[in-house]
Amino acid sequence: MTPSFVSRPSFAARHAGVLRRLPWLVLAVLALFPLLAPLFGVEYYVGFMRRVMIVAIAAASLNFILGYGGMAALGHAGFIGVGAYTVVALVEAGVASAWLAWGCALVGGGVFAALIGAVSLRTRGVYFIMITLAFAQMLYYLAVSLRTYGGDDGYGLYTPLTLGAGFDTAHPQLFYWVVLALAALVFAVFSRVAHARYGHALRGIRDNETRMVALGYPVYRLKLAGFVAAGAVAGLAGGLLASHNAFVSPGLMHWTQSALLLVMVMLGGAGRRWGAALGVALWLTLEEALKMYTDYWHWPLGLLLLLIVFHAQQGLAGLFGSRAQADVGGQGADVAGEVDGAAQERAGSAEA
Amino acid sequence: MDFIFVFEQVLNGLGYGLMLFLIAAGLTLVFGIMDTMNLAHGSLYMAGAYIAARVHESSGSFAGAVLLAVLLTVVVAVVLEALIIRHLYRRDHLVQVLATFGIILIADDAVKAIWGVAPLLASTPAALAGPIEVFPGLPYPAYRLLLIAAGLLVALGLYALVHGTRIGMLVRAGASNRQMAEFMGVRVGAVFAFVFALGAALAALAGAMMAPISAVQIGMGEAILIPALVVIVIGGIGSIRGAFVAALLVGLVDTAGRAFLPPALRAVLPPALAAELGPALAGIAMYVLMAAVLALKPAGLFPARA
Amino acid sequence: MLQMKKVALALVLGSALAAHAEDIKVGIALDISGPFSALGAEARDGFDLAIDKLGGKLGGQPAEFLKTDFGGSPEQANQLVARYLQREKITFFTGPIGSNAALAVGPALFAAKVPYLSSNPGPSAYAGEKCSPWFFAQYQNDTYDEAAGKVANEKGYRNVVLIAPNYPAGKDHLNGFKRLYSGAVKDEIYTRLGQTDYAAEIAQIRSAQPDAVFFFLPGGMGINFVKQFVGGGLKDIPLIAPGFSADEDVIQAVGEPMLGVLNTAHWTHDLDIPANVEFVAAFRNKYDGRYPSVYAAMAYDSLMAMDAAVRDVAGKVEDREALLQALRKPSFKSVRGDFKYGVNNFPVQNYYLREVGKDAQGRLTNKLIGTTLEQHQDAYVGACKR
Repeated sequence: MTPSFVSRPSFAARHAGVLRRLPWLVLAVLALFPLLAPLFGVEYYVGFMRRVMIVAIAAASLNFILGYGGMAALGHAGFIGVGAYTVVALVEAGVASAWLAWGCALVGGGVFAALIGAVSLRTRGVYFIMITLAFAQMLYYLAVSLRTYGGDDGYGLYTPLTLGAGFDTAHPQLFYWVVLALAALVFAVFSRVAHARYGHALRGIRDNETRMVALGYPVYRLKLAGFVAAGAVAGLAGGLLASHNAFVSPGLMHWTQSALLLVMVMLGGAGRRWGAALGVALWLTLEEALKMYTDYWHWPLGLLLLLIVFHAQQGLAGLFGSRAQADVGGQGADVAGEVDGAAQERAGSAEA
Repeated sequence: MDFIFVFEQVLNGLGYGLMLFLIAAGLTLVFGIMDTMNLAHGSLYMAGAYIAARVHESSGSFAGAVLLAVLLTVVVAVVLEALIIRHLYRRDHLVQVLATFGIILIADDAVKAIWGVAPLLASTPAALAGPIEVFPGLPYPAYRLLLIAAGLLVALGLYALVHGTRIGMLVRAGASNRQMAEFMGVRVGAVFAFVFALGAALAALAGAMMAPISAVQIGMGEAILIPALVVIVIGGIGSIRGAFVAALLVGLVDTAGRAFLPPALRAVLPPALAAELGPALAGIAMYVLMAAVLALKPAGLFPARA
Repeated sequence: MLQMKKVALALVLGSALAAHAEDIKVGIALDISGPFSALGAEARDGFDLAIDKLGGKLGGQPAEFLKTDFGGSPEQANQLVARYLQREKITFFTGPIGSNAALAVGPALFAAKVPYLSSNPGPSAYAGEKCSPWFFAQYQNDTYDEAAGKVANEKGYRNVVLIAPNYPAGKDHLNGFKRLYSGAVKDEIYTRLGQTDYAAEIAQIRSAQPDAVFFFLPGGMGINFVKQFVGGGLKDIPLIAPGFSADEDVIQAVGEPMLGVLNTAHWTHDLDIPANVEFVAAFRNKYDGRYPSVYAAMAYDSLMAMDAAVRDVAGKVEDREALLQALRKPSFKSVRGDFKYGVNNFPVQNYYLREVGKDAQGRLTNKLIGTTLEQHQDAYVGACKR
């Protein structure tokens, strides 16, 4: 590379046009993928991509409260589990419609998020991280002891749910497109809300909660609304995951799953529009690929996390986009820290 | 339900609580003083257990094994601190979660590569293998009495260290106001490195002491991490006193839940329902306790904020 | 360097494209990280030994053995099986240690008509209501406990305390024990899954003063429990367990406190059957003199069963009905001795009593005591309607 004294415009600025059209391009490629896959003999990856998109929906919901709202929930997998077990309960009761089951999963996730959020949002920082974790663990142990739904052995959904017009979730392409449409909708809505008045208020709370209180915002209620929305969407993702796997087990809700979701969001870039999708896609692809070649597939992932922490502080999205593109106008991961209460919570002496 | 049974269960609760305290003490020090959320604390605990088990098996000396486990783990911790943790102090908690989660992944694979996947043999020192008659009618495992003693000693030692020594004063100074301490000439970096090494030593001590009564296997660190986090959160992050009280509280509540809840429910509910409900409730007693404490006192029982 | 990588990639892709449709592929889902890692590693060693013995072939045909870790999680097992089915187009499946993973992957395999030869779990659902012609078990989960119940009767224990984790499988195992046990149950204790401290439960056992304790606590939980039980001064109370709570992995991790633990299994390494003697000798030769556990034996056996079936159909694995018939009438010599399948493809076979003792070198291991149940069939076969 020849040395240059003229400062080069950022990657994002140079390719602004491409970047603007990129999401549509990606959407088109994703939509065509099930049709193209058989030509290249990679049908298996249709199912894999479907899973990536479902997890990305869940990650997007976490990104919404974490990246924009500064709420670092370490129990988000609990809502995924609530959604999945809602589908199980409905199937057990004889419901066959996928739309009804997933709709209830959405509502179920929202209701639990309202109950848990109402208590959890009274705490800040690490205490918030831990109390959300505690509630998710309670849900985990509840599911483990639920004999009707298989307990620890899990519950197999042997008959696919109907999608209408004679189709059902066993149709791999159709189910794929349904998931794609829902994922696109979820990303569009979160992105729109993040730019609406509500989104600005949420970011205001993230950056300086005290000021927002002083300005007269109903901070607690605003945060709760975001938390409930995120819980509902995570519930939907759980419902979709239940249909995707045709199987549900309490393992979905284990705390490591919540941690992984958090890791994937941070990896992609918290508070960035495409952060969740990028993080999920990269993490799941690496996991899939590494497992094929070695039994020691954990440590490269661990190394990746350290690299991200030290060399890409904004997450993957930060490597591509500029401030202007990062739709928070935000500093991504770094900001979350303030909210997280690093400053307020700087702990005192070992003995207060 | 006679007196001896109740007394024994109280002793069990104290014992379990003190074991949790051994782990939580290191965690709360690192967390409270350096404001660093270290999920890899469990990995240090695992390292302590593995090293102690191996050394004890090959040398036959339990005391030597514990000592070596603590020393080697501290060496690992010092390297870890210099390479990674040092650069995380000023970063936010989520970044710390990310990085230390990465360390867990690497540590688990490293242990698998060094010692294999099968759980290791870790025996109780022969002299303490049997029970001791605490008073007539109550034989109690000698080794558990040792654990209780160790837990109490560590608690006392930490209190003396933090409040009675010069290094403790520096630690407190660095924690309450890092910048001010730096102006006053305190080498905060060195103090933090010391605290991290101390935390690692406590984790390794806990791991080495727990090895004879628990399964020494991959994942043991993560399994103990969650109760330890619950303890420090209930106690108030950064407070040694809080961690001590909370550890005993969690130990007693958890033990009481397991010992007394199922029979109590059987007395008031239909047997089938009680059989379903009792163990389920006992299993989540710890989390209910934490949620209740935080709902009433959002910063824990002994908030340590300066 | 980059060039070389490209060449290597081209070779890999080329060979994938050139692969013939009639290649036999065995999908082996391994459990070598996660909660069952120790057992999964034992199974892997058993598989590897069998692959060595078979020279990498099945029934004399070239075969490919795909081994992939799924970390003990049923969700990941599910994804792996999707990949095995859709991408690798496997002929046989085996591997998972946990019942939950077996239950998770079954439906997809059965729908794709891929025989699943379980190398460990035999969940009651597959023995009864949800039985499938494509699932082959080596034992039914409860049969170990039934044998243990009979042992308790024979030993004259009139009062026992039962202990298991609080999840459906734990309750199934305790029910299995009670099925053949005729004495009184003093107490049934259910613990938290993954619990590390058992002091409270041990105090309950002490105050109940039973003749014996039956425990089903798999993996690390069992290791914790036995150590604390003996440390608590209860070593005079006999312990009975289903074989998986007292196999080589547990024995080596607990050490001396395991001495005298009675346990039941459908196989033991000192079973004097030619096929077994050969297997144990080869295993100890390959793996530093270590005794194989039941997981290694079952893994070995499942590949042997595949080998015999492929030979019986003369390599024509495309004819799935013929393959199924061959699998149902196994022509290989099993390391557990003779057995036949019930209508649910669960075996009718012997169950043995083992006791933890020492071998000639002073090494702790299970010793065969005798046959507890002869040609025993599981309790769920009646519910299998097809």
